[in-house]
Amino acid sequence: MKNKPLIVLLILCVIMSILNDRFWTWGNIITVLRQTSINAVIATGMTFAILIGGIDLSVGSVLAICGAIAASMISSGYDVVLTVVLTLLLGLGIGLVNGVLISKGRLQPFIATLGTMTLLRGVTLVYTQGKPIRTTGAEESVLFSKIGTGYFLHIPIPIYIMILVFIIAYFILRHLRIGRYIYALGSNEEATMYSGIKTDNVKLFVYSASGLLAALAGIIVTARLSSAQPTAGAGYELDAIAAVVLGGTSMAGGIGAISGTVIGALIIGLLNNALNLLQVPSYYQDVAKGVVILIAVLMDRKQKAAR
Amino acid sequence: MKKVFLMLLVLVLAVGMIGCGGGGASEDNSGADEGVTLGLVISTLNNPFFVDLRDGAQAKADELGAKLVVLDSQDDSATEMSNVEDLITQGVDLIMINPTDSDAVGNAVAAANEAGIPVITLDRSANSGEVVAHIASDNVAGGKMAGEFIIELLGGKGKVVELEGIPGASATRDRGEGFNAAIAESDLEVVARQTANFDRAEGLSVMENILQAQPEIDAVFAHNDEMALGALEAIKASGRDIKVVGFDATDDAVKAVQAGEMAATVQQLPKEIGSIGVETAMKYLGGDDVAEYIPVELALVTKE
Repeated sequence: MKNKPLIVLLILCVIMSILNDRFWTWGNIITVLRQTSINAVIATGMTFAILIGGIDLSVGSVLAICGAIAASMISSGYDVVLTVVLTLLLGLGIGLVNGVLISKGRLQPFIATLGTMTLLRGVTLVYTQGKPIRTTGAEESVLFSKIGTGYFLHIPIPIYIMILVFIIAYFILRHLRIGRYIYALGSNEEATMYSGIKTDNVKLFVYSASGLLAALAGIIVTARLSSAQPTAGAGYELDAIAAVVLGGTSMAGGIGAISGTVIGALIIGLLNNALNLLQVPSYYQDVAKGVVILIAVLMDRKQKAAR
Repeated sequence: MKKVFLMLLVLVLAVGMIGCGGGGASEDNSGADEGVTLGLVISTLNNPFFVDLRDGAQAKADELGAKLVVLDSQDDSATEMSNVEDLITQGVDLIMINPTDSDAVGNAVAAANEAGIPVITLDRSANSGEVVAHIASDNVAGGKMAGEFIIELLGGKGKVVELEGIPGASATRDRGEGFNAAIAESDLEVVARQTANFDRAEGLSVMENILQAQPEIDAVFAHNDEMALGALEAIKASGRDIKVVGFDATDDAVKAVQAGEMAATVQQLPKEIGSIGVETAMKYLGGDDVAEYIPVELALVTKE
């Protein structure tokens, strides 16, 4: 009974397979995983931020501006590799700015990233002039859109990206020194500092990673739609936070794992798919989602209290 | 304690899903050929216009005995894509899409095409992918309606001003085209034609300038209500008697019409768009030919 998030996920699967005979089809499983991939990539970065006791609210806006930049680069003829690399670097750079504001500027992560979230949303609207940027028609556009819509061995590319991101994050948290620093920082910042760890550098790493992953999600969304929307990613930070928390990571920092986030993201993705498949009217969908999140987190809380 | 929570979760999920589904899921299992299932992916249900569109579609589906699955994209193109994918999984017979954006919907339409599910677009069109039919308000007819109303109001002659929307926008082109076609057949003279970008503040300032320049104006046609209401403020301040006709029938504009400040506003009929969407879908699935573009009529809102 250790892994509560997994139990919630399994219960959801069982209920769905009873209620709908189309649920366990290959096509639908692939659909759920592909739909989950965007949130999962963002949630991985969010896990880092929450593990050190911080938060990154700017991810949705980073997704939007990076998606817009990627789309305009593709549409003006840049090649795909260069576009992807530069877009990821842009996301990393924005994350670095968040990190500097939080570590050197001593801002609360919530406030700092609330600021950059608003600012970047504005920048995106200015940059796009409020209009979507489409990539269709450009030379590299077909290859670019493969990132979001393509298949390799019958499995969509975004699913590979998601799995790769999870593996790297798992490796960083479990096997690298920076991973241990992240947990240490989240458990007790002062003790970590006094033991000679440069906490500022850990923060810079974490927020850069979050920015980079948000940019990656932006590339996937843009490729999936062959179009960058100025309003893309609005509210995605909340889905990512929900995935992380559903996965059992503590908002206070220090406790949690990437495997939990994997499951949390799957629960959210599955829930969206399930509510659609069951034809739940859209107004009730948010109610249902909220109830599931609250119950799952409450269960987790009870379990931790009982320990 | 843990078990109690688990049980609670199961209960809430089961009751919630079955309850909200309204028995829809059980019907789904009883065989696919039992009636037609239509999907409707709607850009947002946070806007009364699209709620009306949904209601119209639902009413028509109930009348024709079709099942309608409505999914809300919440103005997010990625959610729209997911919604279409979920409808494909569900194996609906036809998908009606009210796109969040004409470009971004392309890949969703393509996905449905690939799955062999026909697509109908409502209100906004899709720039790529194969679509069986597109159903939207007939803005040309609306512009013409406004023009004819002004001609009647002024007794066939006089001087009018046209406040245009954002240059190049389809609403601007179509509404202007209809209006000018009507005016061309009368003795009315368009003394000024300027853009105010669908914006109320610009409507005010542009109208102020026109009022300075034109000593004689009998009526104004604005391509939307925001500009009409802006122009109305300018006219009020000048104290002159000029009839104002707007477009869209927004709440503010309808109030102004009821108060006798604006002469009229042209109203789109979102319920009709939804209703005709379902009707067209059923016709197509029944094997009949349907037109590629189906314009939906508009209505003129005047006092009383």
